[in-house]
Amino acid sequence: MLSAQGFGGPGKMKEYHYAGAVENRFSPYAFNGGTVLAVAGEDFAIVASDTRLSEGYSIHSRDSPKCYKLTDTTVIGCSGFHGDCLTLTKIIDARLKMYKHSNNKTMTSGAIAAMLSTILYSRRFFPYYVYNIIGGLDEEGKGAVYSFDPVGSYQRDTYKAGGSASAMLQPLLDNQIGFKNMEGVQHLPLTQEKAVQLVKDVFISAAERDVYTGDALRVCVITKDGINEQTIPLRKD
Amino acid sequence: MLCRSSRLKLVCLFGQISTMQSSSGIPSQETLPIPSSLPESLPFTSSQVVPLPFPMAHGTTTLAFMFQGGVLAAADTRSSCSGLVACPASQKILPIHSHLVGTTSGTSADCALWKRILSRELRLYQLRYGRRLSTRGAAKLLSHMLHPFKGTELCVAATLCGWDGGDLFYVCSDGTRLEGSLFSVGSGSPYAYSILDQGVRWGLTVEEATSIAREAVYRATHRDAYSGNFVDVYHVTSKGWTRRTREDLKEDSHSHICCQKKRVP
Repeated sequence: MLSAQGFGGPGKMKEYHYAGAVENRFSPYAFNGGTVLAVAGEDFAIVASDTRLSEGYSIHSRDSPKCYKLTDTTVIGCSGFHGDCLTLTKIIDARLKMYKHSNNKTMTSGAIAAMLSTILYSRRFFPYYVYNIIGGLDEEGKGAVYSFDPVGSYQRDTYKAGGSASAMLQPLLDNQIGFKNMEGVQHLPLTQEKAVQLVKDVFISAAERDVYTGDALRVCVITKDGINEQTIPLRKD
Repeated sequence: MLCRSSRLKLVCLFGQISTMQSSSGIPSQETLPIPSSLPESLPFTSSQVVPLPFPMAHGTTTLAFMFQGGVLAAADTRSSCSGLVACPASQKILPIHSHLVGTTSGTSADCALWKRILSRELRLYQLRYGRRLSTRGAAKLLSHMLHPFKGTELCVAATLCGWDGGDLFYVCSDGTRLEGSLFSVGSGSPYAYSILDQGVRWGLTVEEATSIAREAVYRATHRDAYSGNFVDVYHVTSKGWTRRTREDLKEDSHSHICCQKKRVP
């Protein structure tokens, strides 16, 4: 639902000054906020998101997680416009079922990523306003993260942050997980406990500085034993 | 014939991609008042009615040139979205088949998907006709596949570097298709051109050509904000393409590469 007053386009507040004749065009998009993060380890993957659903100055819900379970080894995080997130996950679920019925096997993380790329590009001229990150285990059991842009460009990463606080979180992950720009530091492999703690700390920081991130954090840890979900409270202001 | 059938396949595979008035429910231009600040758009495309709320990934430096040892292609790896580095380690040179690589510039998604479509069409051609399509033919095919989308916001500027005798073609989504022996594409291309024009000759050895290509990309990344991070170098010969190890340009900024002869891995 889009209230046009006080709302100058998705993600922007209306500027209150005299600007002459102004046309208020209906926009099919809205920006519902939220941050998603995924980290790939040696034999695990973590997908985490906050649970706040906002629009403009309002909060619609404090319990709207952005991680969706696709298969036993794959979780997708979608942030951006909530309407498109819902439709996109419905389409992905349907395509997963179709694949399962035609090929008698579950789609692997890499295959889901390639399929999502074509689904997003099929709407190249009226895109899904969704920033997707897929986290899961690949065929060898190693952690895999695939990050997307709204029109389907994707690649495999070790870690990625997407959504409203992505510009704040990505540099922190570059430093802590990628050891970028650190001189003379030993590159220790990331353990699962350390990764989960890092994700929690990083979201606590994001909730401090980004207004669209907060309320609670949903963390999904994917290992060969299954998907383990935890919910941690964050700032509610 | 090939063009028409490939366009049909496009509509089937991608559903809503269509140059005709799409059924996506966007009001057509005749019913909505368009502010005069928007550019005049073609009557067939409804794509410019919905303004996008997010920026696309753009900005790059890619180059390719021919010399006696084959064709060399080099590119930076920074993928930017209006000021934010969306990906510092993206791949802008995509192999299409064993003897053809393409450099990409423009919107990342467009380049990735269209290269994929081109690989598929070339493979189908090979299976149908029993021979590989020439680089010239691949360039023409790509150009004709992009033609229905002329005037839309699709942005693909690729150089196809192939070996059936050594060929270099530049194809752009605005319809340009050129043959040449030296191309540089992207926001950093003016800087790269100056280095290439100075140093590229037919008689270069492979090491000299590689170091000129790296130097050109390094200079462009030094001055262009939208290029940076790493440099990829691909070399295409009669035996196929080979890839050099990716090198971090941060190290180059500390040691003055032009004054030293660096060992190329």
